[in-house]
Amino acid sequence: MRKWHVWMTAGTLLLSGELSLNGKLQAAGWNMPVGVTDISREVHSLHMTIFWICVVIGVVVFGAMFYSLFRYRRSKGAQAAKFHEHTTVEVIWTAIPLLILIGMAVPATATLKKMYDASEADLDVMITGQQWRWQYSYLGEDVNFISSLATPREQISGDQERGENYLLEVDQPLVLPVGKKVRLLMTSDDVIHSWWVPELAVKQDAIPGFVNENWVRINEPGIYRGQCAELCGKDHGFMPVVVQAMEEEEFDAWLAERKSAASEEAAGADREWKLDELMERGEQVYGSICAACHQPNGAGLPPTFPALAGNQALLDDREHHLDTVLNGVAGTPMPGFRTTLSPVELAAVITYERNAWGNDTGDVVQPSEIAEQLAE
Amino acid sequence: MASLPPKHPVQQGTADAAGGADAHHHPPKGLLRWVLTTNHKEIGTLYLLFSLLMFLIGGVFALVIRAELFQPGLQLVQPEFFNQMTTMHGLIMVFGAVMPAFVGLANWMVPLQIGAPDMALPRLNNFSFWLLPVAFTLLLSTLFMPGGAPNFGWTFYAPLSTTYAPPSTTFFILSLHIAGISSILGAINIIATILNLRAPGMRMMDMTLFVWTWLITAFLLIAVMPVLAGVVTMMLMDINFGTSFFNAGGGGDPVMFQHLFWFFGHPEVYIMILPAFGIVSVIIPTFARKPLFGYASMVYATASIAILSFMVWAHHMFVVGLPLVAELFFMYSTMLIAVPTGVKVFNWVATLFRGSISYEPAMLFAIAFVILFTIGGFSGLMLAISPADFQYHDTYFVVAHFHYVLVPGAIFSIMAAVYYWLPKWTGHYPHLRLSQWHFWLSVIGVNLTFFPMHFSGLAGMPRRIPDYSLQFADFNMVSSIGAFMFGLSQLLFVVIVFMCARGGEKAPAKTWDGAVDLEWTVPSPAPLHTFETPPQYRPAEADH
Repeated sequence: MRKWHVWMTAGTLLLSGELSLNGKLQAAGWNMPVGVTDISREVHSLHMTIFWICVVIGVVVFGAMFYSLFRYRRSKGAQAAKFHEHTTVEVIWTAIPLLILIGMAVPATATLKKMYDASEADLDVMITGQQWRWQYSYLGEDVNFISSLATPREQISGDQERGENYLLEVDQPLVLPVGKKVRLLMTSDDVIHSWWVPELAVKQDAIPGFVNENWVRINEPGIYRGQCAELCGKDHGFMPVVVQAMEEEEFDAWLAERKSAASEEAAGADREWKLDELMERGEQVYGSICAACHQPNGAGLPPTFPALAGNQALLDDREHHLDTVLNGVAGTPMPGFRTTLSPVELAAVITYERNAWGNDTGDVVQPSEIAEQLAE
Repeated sequence: MASLPPKHPVQQGTADAAGGADAHHHPPKGLLRWVLTTNHKEIGTLYLLFSLLMFLIGGVFALVIRAELFQPGLQLVQPEFFNQMTTMHGLIMVFGAVMPAFVGLANWMVPLQIGAPDMALPRLNNFSFWLLPVAFTLLLSTLFMPGGAPNFGWTFYAPLSTTYAPPSTTFFILSLHIAGISSILGAINIIATILNLRAPGMRMMDMTLFVWTWLITAFLLIAVMPVLAGVVTMMLMDINFGTSFFNAGGGGDPVMFQHLFWFFGHPEVYIMILPAFGIVSVIIPTFARKPLFGYASMVYATASIAILSFMVWAHHMFVVGLPLVAELFFMYSTMLIAVPTGVKVFNWVATLFRGSISYEPAMLFAIAFVILFTIGGFSGLMLAISPADFQYHDTYFVVAHFHYVLVPGAIFSIMAAVYYWLPKWTGHYPHLRLSQWHFWLSVIGVNLTFFPMHFSGLAGMPRRIPDYSLQFADFNMVSSIGAFMFGLSQLLFVVIVFMCARGGEKAPAKTWDGAVDLEWTVPSPAPLHTFETPPQYRPAEADH
């Protein structure tokens, strides 16, 4: 009786220890987050189950090992036994791990099946990876934007104090409604990226030429941060993912606002723009899209990323410049931006490149001109 | 063909049969002697020294990485160079340090353990070694080329490594080809030696576990190195000749690259660990003074791991969007590997049980291997659970996992082997105190470096990033301190090895009282030519 009691107490202590330990590790950022979706909870519990199974096996195996190492020291006069085989024992320690593995595979299979069922989604979002930012398109809603790192360069170089969300902040987060099943479609314009938000337990490669599918149903409003998980070139570490989950009404209002902003932008393409206006807008676009490779001062990083400042091939040939920005250059990292940027943004950034950093051509590229080219 | 050695030199029992006999009796002096040598011991030494040099160079690259990651922000290097460092660190350590070290140990010890006078193909042996300095000079030279060295990770996923790669990638491909040829030739030689040159009376099931694991490893090498050669040739075509194997824009398939790479890559992982199993299975019985528990099941477990290694490759690709059935198949097959691996660990523990254990440096490293490799095995089991892998994949948790199986795994086994066989190579015991210091500094350093990576990975830090958000700062600082501790203590290892080569306490032929294998019947240091007359093999007192 007494023995049982001791074991029960020990078990309870261990269990409560597990719970409080787990809680503490979570809070301190030492463990996988439980997350805010049903799937992320299941994944976390699979993780903890297999972890504790490993701990128990570890205690048994290492226990036996340290016991032997300590008990059978030659310095204490241990005499070696001669046995070197025992069929029953060997069969047992082949069979038991097999059973444990089967026990583990059952819940893992169930969870995996759920993760793979992206049917009957309420909303489809297309996620396109680009070196080094994410493009989000709300399919059928005409809302489409680019989300890039918002952390200032001065913080990276250490000239400015680093903020709380250093490297995990973007200019425009992906906004999603709470409680709705959202299908996430992933692809890439250039190399392989991987879209990952730990709190959502979604990590999926974005691969050029493929469209991958995943889904998420977020239970709680909030801001969830992650990063690109697949090495995608020099700024792989500077490609965060931020998801803002909001209540449905709030989300609908946000979506409506984005739609009207998009149509305003489209209207802007028809009017005549001044050089100053285009330069101002162009500097913004250049900073968020082009500067990562061609550098803020237009000097580039030759030989992979050519300089734009003083680049006579572009400056002497306006058509060539337009073609490069719109359609990209095959066989190089330079992508085409005809579908990523609006006519206004394209006109602004080309005008900016033709006039900044001493390029001073005085050239103005009008959005209407770009719109015409795009229509061809 | 006429100049090749006769087919069964052992049966003829002459030194001349070992090939190039005249050259051996009057070896050229100085450098040329090492360039032209066909002696398995000299070539073994060359492999080991080459591997040590690569280990130090790859280590310096690792320290550049750890120095940059000491604190958040970009302080020392720019992201472009950081990516070159992660890539070169991986390539140099895998292909330049770990693999040649095992080949070097095989060169030295396989003939001695099976009672053969030399490797079966001595001139091929010389050629396969001298390919390596060529391959790695070429690889390292890419650091000085315009656009820098390869910067796409040691797994070189297309299209980052093709369309988006620096111009030096073509040189990287050529160097991998050369290193691959070297590996294949080395593997052929090892198979030929083990199958043909065993001492009369030695059956396959009498061979030491080190010989067994190397035999199986050599078959793995022959099976997968051509796949690597194929995949890099396809890259070469994509880069230089306008094909589109991996370019989606031309109808190619970037995911096919990963299938091909990991079909090579996963067996490659076992190429780097099976010989380690063999080494540990030789060392533990010696210092427990008790025969290896479950010899036969050790052999079968090694073979099962090798066979399974061809069926698990896509567990490296759980997030590329595999169909559900594929995901399930690779999850189950990967979990299965835990069974034979578990058998090995249990057998080692059972060998220790009721032994008479002493703690020489070789034994310390072997014990640390069993414990720390098992920790790497546990995280491997966790990674096999595909739904959980969606969270672990490409994070520092993975970095922690494979460094646990490679550093205190493969590297510690190599250290153990060096401490175990140095007396046979040099005739002297390594300095005991310094060896113990080396062990403890290494074991503390390695855990300080890699244990916190489990936490940073679980907390969400992706691998291969030059800068990180602030919540990962403490873990990274500890990792960096540990890395410098581990790195610097390897200089001590270099000192110990060279001291041992120059002098020290004299070692007898049977260096360790518990040692039973054939190498301990020849004098220490082993003379240039051994077993010129094949020994009659008698199974040791313990009849396996």
